[in-house]
Amino acid sequence: MEQLFGNLLYNYEEVVAVILFSIGFCILLFSRNLIKKVVGLDIMDTGVFLLLASRGYIAGRHVPIIVDGITTAEYYINPIPAGLVLTGIVVSVSVSALMLSLTVRIYRTYHTLDVDSLYMMMSVSKGGKQ
Amino acid sequence: MRDKPMIDPEFSSIWTLWKNGQIDLTTPLRSPGHQPLQALKEVEKYRPRHSWEAYSQYVRKSTLLYKIAATILCCIFITLMLLTVANLPRYGDPNAPTINEVSERYIEEGTEETGAVNTVAGMILDYRAFDTLGESFVLFTAVCSVAVLMNLSGKRQHIKHTKELINYADDMIVRGVCRLLVPVILLFGIYILLNGHLSPGGGFSGGAVLGAGLIIYSMVWGEEKASRVFPAKLVRLVVFCSLAFYCLAKSYSFYTGANHLPFLIPEGAPGHILSGGLIMPLNVAVGFVVCFTMYSFYMFFRRGRL
Repeated sequence: MEQLFGNLLYNYEEVVAVILFSIGFCILLFSRNLIKKVVGLDIMDTGVFLLLASRGYIAGRHVPIIVDGITTAEYYINPIPAGLVLTGIVVSVSVSALMLSLTVRIYRTYHTLDVDSLYMMMSVSKGGKQ
Repeated sequence: MRDKPMIDPEFSSIWTLWKNGQIDLTTPLRSPGHQPLQALKEVEKYRPRHSWEAYSQYVRKSTLLYKIAATILCCIFITLMLLTVANLPRYGDPNAPTINEVSERYIEEGTEETGAVNTVAGMILDYRAFDTLGESFVLFTAVCSVAVLMNLSGKRQHIKHTKELINYADDMIVRGVCRLLVPVILLFGIYILLNGHLSPGGGFSGGAVLGAGLIIYSMVWGEEKASRVFPAKLVRLVVFCSLAFYCLAKSYSFYTGANHLPFLIPEGAPGHILSGGLIMPLNVAVGFVVCFTMYSFYMFFRRGRL
């Protein structure tokens, strides 16, 4: 148990990432405004990127840009998470743009962004279906 | 979570208006030959299934249930994630299992094999070039979907062009600062693009900076002027050419690599601006795609077309 809490203190960046992810998740679940849901999803993405980036760090090592002619792997940090974060950022931008445009369309049709009101309007009456 | 009543009071008044057809919410109502009777029929589809009071009661009950379930789910999720973090290897640990022979190979032989000094650029544009191609196509697909969803060009005649609430070009400070700032931003973006294989940066970050410059330009000097400078045809052409160039260049390098044919593009000495083989042109292609993607997102959200 003590070791677990000690590890949590050492992995403070990952803890911050988890906190960011949970903030985004709570906004996604509890907010009833569609725009705020999109913002929550973006905050969740940020938490994931922070986790990935901090996993690539190695204490006391340098940026993986080979300028001094040193090509030993023990001199540089891990470059792979940087590439993965790049992919994630691109996908996150595309997804939020797509969701925001869908939100604009929903607002144009129903003139509200509240999920409950939307649900109420979308529950089509039996007469309307014919 | 909130103290506001479950049903917006504004909403019921809108509903009354809507039911009477006095408010045009749906696109069919906005058609030129619309009649009030038809409008009523259109609106009837959206009438709630239950009576208003019963429905709001039902919503209140189900919302309470939903909130309890969501809280429990959140707590379980956070506990699981914190337990995982506590069991991860320590931050900055050089013996972590993620530091394996793959990253070793990228660092030790990357410069020799790709010609790029920046290991990340060499990794994403040479070893993992297919991945980056997929990313560019994700952006392209997102622009296509936003264009489909936000496009107003089919019924352009019905949309009155609303005047800008704030005309930034009239403000002397904004105009002066932007006149100085926009060229510097664009130049910096080009620098990041062209120097991507030597220093931090590359296609994605440079393209984002260039896109920010274009967005500031169209914000301050108006969308009309921006769309005259960068017409939709030009944007389409540049994005298409960049994607096609990426595909062709990478196909060539895969073809020669797989068949042990001589690779005709000179590698150059690592550390010089003209080095790294295909990495710099690919960075420029990706940068153009990202830049015009950001710009088209802004334009589609702002005025509905490029």
